[in-house]
This record gives sequence, structure tokens and C-alpha cells, in this order.
Amino acid sequence: MTSPLDLLAALGRGAIRLCRAIGDITLFGLTGLLDIVRPPFYWRLFVRALMEIGYYSLPVVALTALFTGMVLALQSSTGLSRFSAETAMPTLVVLSITRELGPVLAGLMVSGRVGAAMAAEIGTMRVTDQIDALTTLSTDPMRYLVAPRLLAGIIALPLLVVIADILGVFGGFFVATIKLGFGPSTYITTTLTNMQTQDVVSGLTKAAVFGFLISLMGCYHGYNSRGGAQGVGAATTLAVVSASVLILAFDYLLSELFFVR
Amino acid sequence: MSGAVPKIRVRGLRKAFGDKVVLDGVDLDIMPGTSMVVIGGSGTGKSVLLKCILGLLDPDEGTIEIDGKDLLAMDSAARAATRAKIGMLFQNGALFDSISVWENVSFALLAQHRVTRGGARAKAGEVLGQVGLSPSVGDLSPSELSGGMQKRVGLARAIAAQPEILFFDEPTTGLDPIMGAVIDGLIVDCVKRLGSTALAITHDMASATRIGDRAAMLYNGRIVWTGPAGELLGSGNEVVDQFTHGRRDGPIKMELRR
Repeated sequence: MTSPLDLLAALGRGAIRLCRAIGDITLFGLTGLLDIVRPPFYWRLFVRALMEIGYYSLPVVALTALFTGMVLALQSSTGLSRFSAETAMPTLVVLSITRELGPVLAGLMVSGRVGAAMAAEIGTMRVTDQIDALTTLSTDPMRYLVAPRLLAGIIALPLLVVIADILGVFGGFFVATIKLGFGPSTYITTTLTNMQTQDVVSGLTKAAVFGFLISLMGCYHGYNSRGGAQGVGAATTLAVVSASVLILAFDYLLSELFFVR
Repeated sequence: MSGAVPKIRVRGLRKAFGDKVVLDGVDLDIMPGTSMVVIGGSGTGKSVLLKCILGLLDPDEGTIEIDGKDLLAMDSAARAATRAKIGMLFQNGALFDSISVWENVSFALLAQHRVTRGGARAKAGEVLGQVGLSPSVGDLSPSELSGGMQKRVGLARAIAAQPEILFFDEPTTGLDPIMGAVIDGLIVDCVKRLGSTALAITHDMASATRIGDRAAMLYNGRIVWTGPAGELLGSGNEVVDQFTHGRRDGPIKMELRR
């Protein structure tokens, strides 16, 4: 029979573990950020990470954005028609894509593709002593493995989101003009008139934060993985799950920051 | 000899993981230019001892001196400078699989900005030759190498920066007896050529007698015997004798769970 005190103790242990994990991750992230500005910085590894996060994620992010824009146009058109407000559809598409769906969906896609790969690569290095080997070869593993990936995440995701924004709006434009009978010039004019700089800037800021979070979770869980193949597998799962949850949580926080007065 | 400063001096080293005490007051002296082999069963803390001396693990108590300077009292910059004097051959090679063999071999030289990339490429070819590999192996990826070749590349990486101290963690594990003897021979050659001080840990008796000038036995978290490596098989110490002859009965009790 479990007593209330046992339950309370278990709850307390969970809370302490959570606080410790938050503290660990915060320190890890701050150290990684500091190492971006403290020499030596490994540019070769930065470019490799930039290609991995940005260039190789382009197809999946582009397709996601394109179809999301198309579905958004279709759904909003049928929904808005109930209020005879179909003309608001281009505005709804562009605001949804630039403010929310572009950065969030790109973040989730990159998290699944890149965050998992980062955790697996660094985790394998940990369990095969490669990280210890770095230390013995006069190389700080944080500067070599973490700092280039953090910077690459911060830079690559906004670039991906710019492309996602354009393709998302194009997806809406395509469905609206081909299927729903919108005039192309009307659609473009409405989109450009109602889109503000802040909509794009907020989306790109979110993207930079999400890029940082994806790299941070991939690196942190990989760096701290233990126990062979099973540990690396667990680190990979944790990296994707934690990055996805953090993306959604920070999306809300940043939306509050940008749009709630 | 008694007045000379040991290259590595360990005193009262203690390390526990939770309730499990792995090192319980290790004392060890390794004189300059000497090859010391530490033997002991699996899980007796040999790798932990090596990692503590390397600074990869912080001991709970004790002192570690290199050239008479306390490693644990150093700031991080001084510790890094001391670590740069040490080369290490890891048990499984621990080669970086995202870069080529020649980049692995010259990694420390590039990290310490001692050579250009072109110079590092040439140096890697030269060092690969010293461990019996063709310079063309430098263009391969570590995953394309056999276990024996990976050990050789690991050895080449350890000696490339001409360290004053060399550590070897189970250098013959996973190799057939002939390849084990080849690697041991290369280790002895490299240590002699560089004039380095060496510390190897192993539970391979043939390897221990080939590599070591002196040997020490780690048991129950302490060094229970030290002596010339040639006397390992007839030390007169009942713990060492049981271990070196692989006897089931004796003071060492294996923990077996069914």
C-alpha cells in the first residue's frame, strides 16, 4: 500500500530531477553560446552543420510549407464563406504562414530530421570514447561539437523559414487562383497590403530561437548519452521530443511577446 | 633513483561512483622513460585510474603529480597544457569517423596550430609509415579499416605530437594473438624512439610482459604489488599469481550471479 508520504516523496524527487535538468540544459546552452564568441571557432564544422541543417532540410521544409499553404487556402475559403468573408482568405494565409505555421512546421520538421541525427552522432561519439579522445587531443569538445551546431541552427532555420514563407504563400495563391476562382493580381495585392514587417520579423525571430533549441537539444542529449546503443537511441528520442515540446512552448511565449500589448 | 622526481606520481587516489568504491587509495610512481603496466581484472578500476590521471574524471581524494606538479591544483589552462604532453591510445581506437585517417592522425598538431593543413597531411603520412601503414591509408575513412589497422592509426594519432607521456588502454583487446604482438612491438618501438614515459593497462599477460619495464597489480581499489614486468609470472604474491595464471581458486573472488 502506497502511503501519501511516498507519493509526496516521489513527486518531490521528480520536481528536483526536473529542476536539475533545466539547470543543466541552461548551463550547457550558455556555455555553448559563449564558445561561439570565444576562439577557436571551428568554421569548417560550422559550414558542415549549416549544410546539414539548412540545405539538406530544404526539400522536406519546402514540401511541408507548400502543402500547408494549399490546405490553408482550401480550408479557410470554405470556412470564411459561411460569413461571406472569402476575400479575407489571402490575408489569413499570409499571416498564418509568416507568423505561425512557417516557423513552427519548419522547426518540427528540422527537429525530426536534424535534431535526431545530431543526438545520434554526438551520442555515438560519447559511447565510443571519441569525446574523451577530443579532450586528450587538446580540443574542447564543447567548442568543437556544440558551438558550431548552435550557431548553424540559429542561422539556418530563419533562412529555411524565408523559403517556407514564400512557398506557403505560393501554395495558397495556387489553390486560390486555380481552384477557387481568385484573380492572381487581387490575391497578390491583398497579400502584400495586409502583410506587415512585424509579421515576417516575428516569424524569423521565432525560427532563430527554434533553430537554437533544436541544436541545443540534439547536442545536449547526445553529449550526455550513456550505455551504448540503447543510450544513443534514448538520446535521439529525447532530443526530438524535447525539441518539439520546447518549440511549441516557446512559440506561445514569443507570440505573447510580439503580439500581446 | 630514490631522489629522482617521478614523471607521474599518484598518492591516495580515491574514486567512488555512488556506493561503489572503485579506487580506494591508489599509490603509484612512474619514473621518466619507464613503461609501467597496470594489470587487474575487468571492472577493477584500471580505466578509471587512467581517466583520473588524464583529467577526464575528477577523483574524490588524493593527488596526481606530473613532473612534480599537482594536476588537481592546476587551473584549466595549466591542466590543458599538461594534457598536451600526453598521447593516448584508446581501447577501441576512438577514431573520429567523420574525418579521414590522415586528419585523425594529425588532429593534435592541427588543434595546437603547430602545422598547416598541408604540413599536417605530410606529417600524417610519415607517422603512418612509423606504425607500418602506407601513407595512402590516410585518405580512407576510419570505418574502412580493419580492427588491427584502427589500432595502428590510433597509435599513430597518439604519437604524432611526440608526447612526453603515452597511455595505452587495453592495446591488444579484440585483436588476434599475432596482431596483438605486432601492436605491442610497435608500442615498444614508439616509446623507445620518443623516449616517452608510458602507462599501459591490460589484462593480457603476454602483452603486459612485452610492453612493460615494470608492472603493478590493481586489486580491491589499491595497488597490491609492483615489480619488474618480467617477474609477473613468478611474483610470489598470491593475488598476482592467481591472476597471471588464471586460477579459479585463490584470494580473488569473482562475483558471479545466476
